[in-house]
Parts: sequence; structure tokens; C-alpha cells
Amino acid sequence: MSAATDLPGLTATALQVVAVVAGAPFVVGGMRQVRARLEGRAGGGVGQPWRDLRKQLRKQQITPAGTTVVFGFAPAVVAGTTLLIAAILPLIALGSPLDSAADLFGVVGLLFLGTVALTLAGLDTGTAFGGMGSSREITIAALVEPTILLAVFALSVPGHSANLAAIVSATADHPGQLVSPGSLLAFVALAIVIIAETGRLPVDNPSTHLELTMIHEAMILEYAGPKLALVEWASGMRLTVLLGLVANLFLPWGVAGAHPSVLAVLIGLVAISAKVAVLAGVLATGEVFIAKLRYFRIPELLAGSFLLALLAVTASYFFATPT
Amino acid sequence: MSWIGKIGRVGRIVEPASDPPEERVAPPTGVCGSLQLRHVDAGSCNGCELEITGAFSSVYDAERFGARVVASPRHADGLIATGVVTRNMHQPLLNTLKAVPEPRVVIAVGDCACNGGVFAQGYGVVGSVADVIPVDVQVPGCPPTPQQIITALRTVTGR
Amino acid sequence: MTTALDDSPTVPAPDQGLTAARQARGQAVLSGGVTAALGVVGVAFGLSAVFGQSWHLRIGWLLPLVGVVFDLGPLGGFFVAATGGVSIAVGIYAVGYAQREHWAAFTLVMLPLFVAAMLLVPAAGSVTTFLLAWELMAGASLVLVLSEHRREAVRSAGVFYAVMTQLGFVAILLALVVLSAAGGGDAFATISAHSGAVSAGTRTAVFLLTLMGFGSKAGLLPLHAWLPRAHPEAPSPVSALMSAAMVNMGIYGLIRIDQQILGPGPNWWGLTLMVFGALSAVFGVLQASVATDLKRLLAYSTTENMGLITLALGAAALLSSYGAHQVAAMAMTAALLLILSHAAFKTLAFLAAGSVLASTGLRDLDKLGGLARRMPGTTVMFGIAALGASGLPLGAGFVGEWLLLQSLIHSPHNNNTLLALMMPLSVGAVALTTGLGIAAMVKAFGVGFLARPRSAAAEAAAEAPVSMLAGMTLGAAACAVFAVAPVALSPVLRQVLAALPTVGGNEAGPALGGYLRLPGIPGSMSPGLIAAALVIAVLVALGLGRWGWRRRPVAAAAALWACGADSLSSKMQYTATSFAEPLQRVFDNVLQPETDVEVTHFAESQYLVEKVTYRTTLADPVERRLYTPVVRAVTTWAQWVRRAHPGSVHLYLAYGALGLLVVLVISR
Repeated sequence: MSAATDLPGLTATALQVVAVVAGAPFVVGGMRQVRARLEGRAGGGVGQPWRDLRKQLRKQQITPAGTTVVFGFAPAVVAGTTLLIAAILPLIALGSPLDSAADLFGVVGLLFLGTVALTLAGLDTGTAFGGMGSSREITIAALVEPTILLAVFALSVPGHSANLAAIVSATADHPGQLVSPGSLLAFVALAIVIIAETGRLPVDNPSTHLELTMIHEAMILEYAGPKLALVEWASGMRLTVLLGLVANLFLPWGVAGAHPSVLAVLIGLVAISAKVAVLAGVLATGEVFIAKLRYFRIPELLAGSFLLALLAVTASYFFATPT
Repeated sequence: MSWIGKIGRVGRIVEPASDPPEERVAPPTGVCGSLQLRHVDAGSCNGCELEITGAFSSVYDAERFGARVVASPRHADGLIATGVVTRNMHQPLLNTLKAVPEPRVVIAVGDCACNGGVFAQGYGVVGSVADVIPVDVQVPGCPPTPQQIITALRTVTGR
Repeated sequence: MTTALDDSPTVPAPDQGLTAARQARGQAVLSGGVTAALGVVGVAFGLSAVFGQSWHLRIGWLLPLVGVVFDLGPLGGFFVAATGGVSIAVGIYAVGYAQREHWAAFTLVMLPLFVAAMLLVPAAGSVTTFLLAWELMAGASLVLVLSEHRREAVRSAGVFYAVMTQLGFVAILLALVVLSAAGGGDAFATISAHSGAVSAGTRTAVFLLTLMGFGSKAGLLPLHAWLPRAHPEAPSPVSALMSAAMVNMGIYGLIRIDQQILGPGPNWWGLTLMVFGALSAVFGVLQASVATDLKRLLAYSTTENMGLITLALGAAALLSSYGAHQVAAMAMTAALLLILSHAAFKTLAFLAAGSVLASTGLRDLDKLGGLARRMPGTTVMFGIAALGASGLPLGAGFVGEWLLLQSLIHSPHNNNTLLALMMPLSVGAVALTTGLGIAAMVKAFGVGFLARPRSAAAEAAAEAPVSMLAGMTLGAAACAVFAVAPVALSPVLRQVLAALPTVGGNEAGPALGGYLRLPGIPGSMSPGLIAAALVIAVLVALGLGRWGWRRRPVAAAAALWACGADSLSSKMQYTATSFAEPLQRVFDNVLQPETDVEVTHFAESQYLVEKVTYRTTLADPVERRLYTPVVRAVTTWAQWVRRAHPGSVHLYLAYGALGLLVVLVISR
């Protein structure tokens, strides 16, 4: 099969995965720094999450009494699904060998597989907080799914396909349709989806200490040491990968082609790093101005985003540019 | 929207960092600049808590030296304990320390935690924190200032 | 659980007990073995019919005037093979289950008879044969549902089920009789040949009546209420057969009569199917996500999946009527795949639930838990079934759902407002169904099997015997094949699609190879490659987690973090009710829970409260809003008609004579 001998494509994909693994803690650190500076503090530095990860990897591994292999393997499953998504998405180059194996629907499915693994781990602890976090997380996941699939639908209309390389190249070829109503509505809907899926304000406060306000944190209260490091890393990687997805769906310039040269790959790497950094900074700045929503207001937010996604699809139908 | 202007006008309010302290405790895992702590109130009057909150606020910003307060002892490198140990909090304090993964440190903040303070002879009191669990760093004071607390944290983080 | 057949306690002598056990084992093996053998026969005949060998059989003497005609083509063969596959797993499972649950003789006898009747329905070649086989199937299933008839809940469920089945049968009877009168004959082949001569009014009537009758059997809204009542009360192997094989007969009826025989219908047929499918899917999964009874959850999940299948059918019909035959072929393939994958994971789920029920005596998720350590095999099986039911990658239901979504997003929408509106709404409905389905399955697996037991019965659970595990393993193997290698089904699906020219059968349909490719449309997916890549990615993640292991202290086990308290009791865990409470709150208006708060004061002083009782019931709102008024109206009308039954024999003889006179006059 040609994909196996497609060395530039394979190299670019491997580079993508390594970049996500290495860069995710910097994205999280960068967001914390932006927030700190806007609050007038000095902050811990962009490298603080990396220090925390290295430290956690050297701590003792604890198995709480009464948990099963589900609790033990969930961090690896979450991290594994995120790594696979990083390999599928056209972050640096278009020619990922897995591009024809999984389209945007497959990516969404893998995302939910990771969520389910962590939710089951939260239930497996048998503590009240673990169950609470799992219950809240799965409710949000269930309500976010219609929006996410309709946004995928809206994005697949211009390129007539849900495969990511096709969508990105269609947008790159016709940049004018980025300002069409369908595209803008899809962007807003997708932004709300990413905030909900990655647990940022206003849906979830990632730095809260009050268990009754936790959603994602509550599920991982029992994790210690290396497993905790893997879970935190996976959270950071999820955020990075989703920001990269939005960046390349709506700002596809700089992405290398299907058979890229070394220079094109480097340009792609620099481009995606810059785009993710900018998006992360914008997200962090936005977070400074919002408070967390009360939990039972979140379905209202998600219903609004569903409506936006529905309008995005109908708009892209009725305002479709002839191909 | 007026906040953006306000943020611009106020700018940086954090106190400049002083020189790092001389004597140090080795960072628990050998990684400098990363210390997550679980706060335990073993029976304090909350004076030390207010100072700790001040230490982690925008003015003193202990986070820039790598210290952070976390919710679960499993996520922590150690405990930051305040107050004299009362009878009701004796077992919970021991349970909390047991839940922290190795290697771990204990930082006792305030006179009550170090040597019983003004409550040393109370009828509901078991003893100071050092009487109950092994303590690595002590921060005397009633209450200690945020600067003293930060200096104590910096002896552990190494930053 | 069954109660003893005789009320007086007797202690049998040891060797008497041994012979009785040996006899029970022999009977169970016979019953299970015959069921499994029938299943093998079904698979063999079904597959041979799919691949071109058509079977005809006419037994003239069995029924007066018309005889019994069997005519097995590719479509019928598909359903016979699916039913056969389910029966093999259930038959092997029933060997162990019947012994565990001390099944009575008539249950053991009826099980193979039920399977035989189900295998006959898709093989029927004429209207009378079809109706005969249908009634046999319904009657056998009713008898099996009433296996544990000494329990009140089983009796009321049986009555409900009997009435709804018969009402459905009346609708099907009317439809088929009208069709055969218009089509000029009794045999399906004759009716097909003359289907062009059937008037539009008759077509509409037949479509609506079959939708009612077959839709009720398939568990579609609003005639679904028998499903969540009957399936939980039936013995688990019977529930598996009913949910995984019998409801398919409703879908078979819809496809056979409305698509194959009546031919391409107007576009509102497809639209109606899509609307009812979407409503059933969303409502069914919503009820499943808030159900705390494990088998009721699985029953509502059946409604959900049948809704998705009907949605796919409707999409195929609608797209075909607008000329988009390629996309219609995709939607039809999706429907067929969903039927097969649902049969696989639903069988496995019900068999695992039966294993739990046999071991603990509990169906209530709020009292289960901790079964992962006590029943590891059953836990793994239920996990595989739950993964399949949730429609996630590596689950059995993912490929069918992916095909359905692809067919919906690739529908032509230029200048077509109906499609431009229906398709996004359908995608939204499918997505909401998937999301809530994930919530329901996570609840069932996480609360029921993980963490610690919430009751003494769950703590005393023991693993199922070998025959039950063997039956479940068969189901799990089928789920695994559908999840990563759907290429195995490709030849079957192609043949069945070719037999359905009115819903895109003339097109090639999606190519199910190592990669699933959509013909003429950009889009591809490879479930096997995703599975392999995911395994590699998880191994890489494990490697990442090992970084720095040399500097780690020795790993340790520790007690759960109880916020400083000494320990956590098992009552502090989240239950299924609390897990689903946020969803229940969000969908309050649809679910309409009934809340009852009862405050008891002390006798001495009514200012002091002794006890507060809080009760929430989640009844089926369709049942409450639709069935209760209808039943009330029928009862009122029946009371009014009672006036004509005063008890006088002379009056009744006069009625009989009058009726006979009327019939004679009319038939002249």
C-alpha cells in the first residue's frame, strides 16, 4: 500500500504526535501565564506544567482498595485515544496514513471513547465525588454530541466529505467561504463544544478546589503519581489537539501538502505552533472575563450551541458556493 | 469591557521576589520548582489560613516559585498543616498524611502547629503537629507573614 | 426468581435429589440443544437463500383452501440467518440457565417452538402462512413471558403484552387482507407481480396499517409500551430472543410489504418512517438513560435501536424517491448492518444481565455493583455489549452508525427544502441518541459492575456456569467481528441489497473491504486499522507513563481517600438514580416524573416530624398520556354496550341468528 512507503507523510505524522506530546504542557503553561499576567501576578512560568509532570512521574504509584483494571488502565486509554487523534488530524501535513482510516466522525468517536474511559474510572473508585464527577461529565458529553456532529456536518458540506484532509484542502482552495454565515456559525458552535469537552470556563473551572464545583477534577481525585501525570498530560494533549483542529479547519494556511518536503514540514510545524499559541492565548484571555456557569445552566448553553450548529448546516445549504 | 482598561492601568501588582533562602530541604522527588500541597486545618483559628491565602494571592504570588495548593492529598507532595491538633482532627490528620504518595513533606505553619501556641494546655488538644506526624519545615509566628511562609516554601521547592 | 412448584416443604432423599438434578440437566441440555440445532439450521438455510438458492415449499393439506406456502429469498434468508445466529447463542446459554433457575417443563418445551416459529415468519410465502407463523410466534412468546406467572408483575406484563400483540396482529391482518384482495391472490409472488394495479388509496391504507402493526412489534413509538413491560419479566434467554430476533420481524414486515412488494412509495412514506424512527430512537434512549432496572434499560435500548433502523429505512426510501439511489443504497446497507449488530450486542447484553440475575437475584442497578471481582467473565461480556450499544469506535454498532451518518450528510440538497431540513434534524436526532446511549451504557456498566457491591446479594455473587459463558462468548465473538472486520458481512449485504431494487438495490452500495469506501462519494473508514492503531497508541501511552520509573518508591495499595474519615461505606457510592439525575432534570418535561412526598408526624405533637418518605416514579409518559385515555374510553364504551348483555339465553340466540342472517345476505 502506498501509505506505507509514503515516507514524508509518515514523518510528518510522527512529528505531529511528538510535537503534541512535547508541546501540550507548554500550551497549558502558556494559558496559565496569560491568566496570571492579566491578574497582575508573575505566574509560575511556561515550563511549570512540565516540572509538575516530571515530578509526578517520580512519585509513588498508589492503587486504591476496591478498584479494578478499569481504574488502572483508564489513563492509558485516554492518552492513547488522544495520541491517535493527534496522528489522524492534519496538523502539520495533509498526508497522514490514517487519514482514510478515520474521518471527522471517527475522531469524534475516539474523543468520546477517552471520555467514557475516564468516566468509568471515576465510577470505579466507589467514592461519592468520583460518581458525581462521572455523572456530570457524561451528561455534558451526551448533550454536546448533537452540536459536535452537526458542526461536522456543516464543515463537510463545502468539501463534500467528512475526511479531514478533504475539508482542510477545500477550505484552503476557497478561502472566501470562510466568511460565509455557515462557516462563522460552525466556528462559534465548535468553540463552545471545545470549551465544554476540555473543561474550561464557563463550563468547568480547571483550578477549583471545591469538590462540589468540579466536573473533570472530581473523577481524578484518586489518581496519584504516574497515572495522575498521564491523566493531566492527556488533558493537556486533548486541549492542544482540539485547538489545532479548529485552527486548521478555519485557518488552514501553512499546512503542508500530502507529500511535503522538509522545508514544508518545518513551515507546517511553525505555523501550527503559532496558531495554537494564539488560540490558547485568546481562550485564556476570555476566561479572565467569565465566571463559571451554574451546572444546570450548562444544558442551556449547549442547547444554544446546538441551534447555532443547526443554523450553520442550513446556512451552508442555502448559501452554498457552486463548485 | 472597562476591565481591559483597568487591567492595563493596574499592571503588575506582585511584590518583587526576594533572594532565595540559604538553608534548604531537598525537594521531595529531586525536581526543583514543583511543590503541590494539601492544606489541613487541624484545629486553627484561621489566622494562619488567611496568611496562607495571602501568600498565594496576586500580591505575594507563591505560585511563581512552583508551589500550588491542591484539593486531593493524592495529588500532593505533602501537607501544609495549620493549627494545634485537636482530638477530633487527630485521626483525620493521620489519614490525610497516609493518603499522600511518597516521597512527601510536612510543613507546619504557625505557632500552634509548631509548639501548641496559645492553645497548648487546652482540654481538647492532643498536641502540636510535630507531636502527631513528622514535620520537615516549621514556620513560627502568630500568624506568620506571607513573606515568611513563602520563604519556608522556597526552602523546599529550591526556586 | 422462580418459587417452588409445590408449597409444602419437603426434603428429598439424597439420591432422589441427585436423580432429579440429573433429570433436570438432561431436560435442559435437550431443550437448549434443540434450540441451538434449530439455530444452526436457520443459519444454513438463511445463508444459502441469501446466496441465490431459493427455497419453495407448498403443503396443500395443512390449511384448507389455500395451503401453506414457504418461499425463502435473499431478504427472508437474511432475517432467518440472523434469528438462527441469535438462537445458537441463546440455546447454549439456556442449558446452564434453565438448571440454575429451575425452569418448568413447559418453558423448556416452548423455547425451541418459539425459535421454530420465528424462523418460519421470514420464510412465509403467502399471506395466510405469514399470519399463521406470526400468531404462532406471538403465542409462543406470550407463553414464555408468562413462565414465572406466580409473580404479580409477570401476570400484568403478560396481559399488557397479549393485548398489544393482538391489536398489532389485527392491524397486520387488515393490511394483508386488503393487499391480497387488491393484488389478486394469496401468495406474495402473485401480489408482487400485480403490485402496479393496486390503487393509491389502498397503498396508503396498507402502509399505515402495516406501520401500526409492524411498528408495534418492532417497538416503535407510540405503540412501544409493551417492550419495557414484557422484556424484563420474561426469563433472560427469552428476553434475548425477543429483543434480538423477534423485534426484527417487525422490521422485516416493513421492508417486505412496504418496500419490496408495494414497491417505491411516495416520498411521504420515507418521511413518516424517518419521523417515527427518530422519535422512537430519542425517546427510547432517554428512558433507557434514566432507567434503574437493568433489563428495562436494555428493553428501552431496543426501542432506540429499532428507531435508528427505521430512520435508516426511511432515509433510504426518501432518498430513493428523490432519485439519489447511490446514497439510498448506503442508507439501506446501514439499516441492514444495524440490524445485525443490534442482534449481536443485544443478545450478549441480555444474556449477561440474565447471568447477573441468576447469580444475585437482582435486576435493580441501585443494589448491584462490585461484580467485576466476583463475576469477571460476565463483566467482560457486558462490557463488550455496552461498548457495542454505545456506538463508539471498537464497538459493534459503530460501522452501521457511521454509514447512516454518511448517507444523511451526502444527501442531495439542491433546490430540495424537504431534504435540506430533514437531514440536519435527523443527524441531530442520531447524535442525541448516540450521546444519551453512551450515558445509559456507562451507567449500566459502571454502576452495575464496577466499584463495590451495594447490597448483600451483590456481595454473594458467583460466576456463571460454563454453558452460560459459552453462549455469551459466541455473542461476544459476533460483536468483535462486526466491530473490526465488517468485511466478513460484505457479500451477504450485497446480495440482500440487490433484492431491494426500490431502495437503491440497483446500485453497488458501499464497499466493505479492509477500508469501507463509499462509491462515487469521497469518504472512507477502516475500523480494523483504527483498532490496531488504538492498541499501538495505548501501548505508547503506557510507555510514556513508565518514564522515570527507576526513581519511584515501591508501589502501594491504600484505602480510598474519604476526606479524612476512616472509611467509606458502600452506601456512599453513586447509584444509578443519582447518576442519571442531571439528565432527568434536563429532560424533565419529556419524562414527567411523579414525585410523592409523605410527611408523618408524631401522634403526640403535629409539630414534630417522625418520618418523611420521598418517592419518584418514572412511568412511561406515552403510556400515561396516550394509552390511559384510550383504555378509559374503551372501558366506558364497553360498559355502555354491556346493557345489551342482560344474561338472557333467548336474547343471545336471537343475536346469533340475526348475525348469521346478515352474513348470508352480504355474502350473496
